[in-house]
Amino acid sequence: MSLLPSPSKEPLWREEFSVFTSDERYVTRRQFAKFLTLTSLGMFVGNLWVLAKAHFAKTPSFPSVEVGEVDEIPVRGIKLFTYPTPKDHCILIRTGEDQYVAYSQKCTHLSCAVYFSAIEDRLECPCHQGFFSVRDGSVLQGPPPRPLPQITLERNGARLLAVGLKGS
Amino acid sequence: MAKLERYQQRRGLVAIDGAMALIFILLIVQIWLLGATLEAFLAGHAGAVLPAAICSGLVFLGCVALDLFVTRVDQESRKP
Repeated sequence: MSLLPSPSKEPLWREEFSVFTSDERYVTRRQFAKFLTLTSLGMFVGNLWVLAKAHFAKTPSFPSVEVGEVDEIPVRGIKLFTYPTPKDHCILIRTGEDQYVAYSQKCTHLSCAVYFSAIEDRLECPCHQGFFSVRDGSVLQGPPPRPLPQITLERNGARLLAVGLKGS
Repeated sequence: MAKLERYQQRRGLVAIDGAMALIFILLIVQIWLLGATLEAFLAGHAGAVLPAAICSGLVFLGCVALDLFVTRVDQESRKP
């Protein structure tokens, strides 16, 4: 077995640079313009897809789930629950004597869990300092692009029920 | 005669480059439009979806027109 390279007819530089200009396929301006136009068609189809999604989307139906008793949590207190599926974590906040609000706990930025800051009276995302209003879930500060989805609550006697989801 | 031909070719090339730059700009606008539409739709503002689709269609038609222009100019500048 020899460690020396086998003798070849071709010079070394030709073996190492095996791409030949004459064999390359150039893209003409016309081809490139066609490619851009096809990409534009793709974008248009994407917009049509969103339109079809919006047009044919069914109105989702949400179950009615008991969140807790009315006096279960103190004023400015919270209770965590899941709605509408066991994987969707939510936060119920008692903002006044007879006032309750509930939001999805998932931050609209990168899905970190938000918590209620009673001192600042807002919902805070610890990951990127995104703050949400406790009144309507709107973004007060930070990178979140959308308000927090709000859980629609109903009172049935002494029970609080989650009956819907707004802005999901 | 050859000088005139070369001048016409160069003019055609400038026109093609300009048209391609316009197609490129329109494409960037369209990409932004798709992103903004998706964002609005996911935020629950479905009212913005139809106007965005119409705008995207118009932009696409503009791209097709410019592509046809590029083809026509290219063919004309290559005529013997």
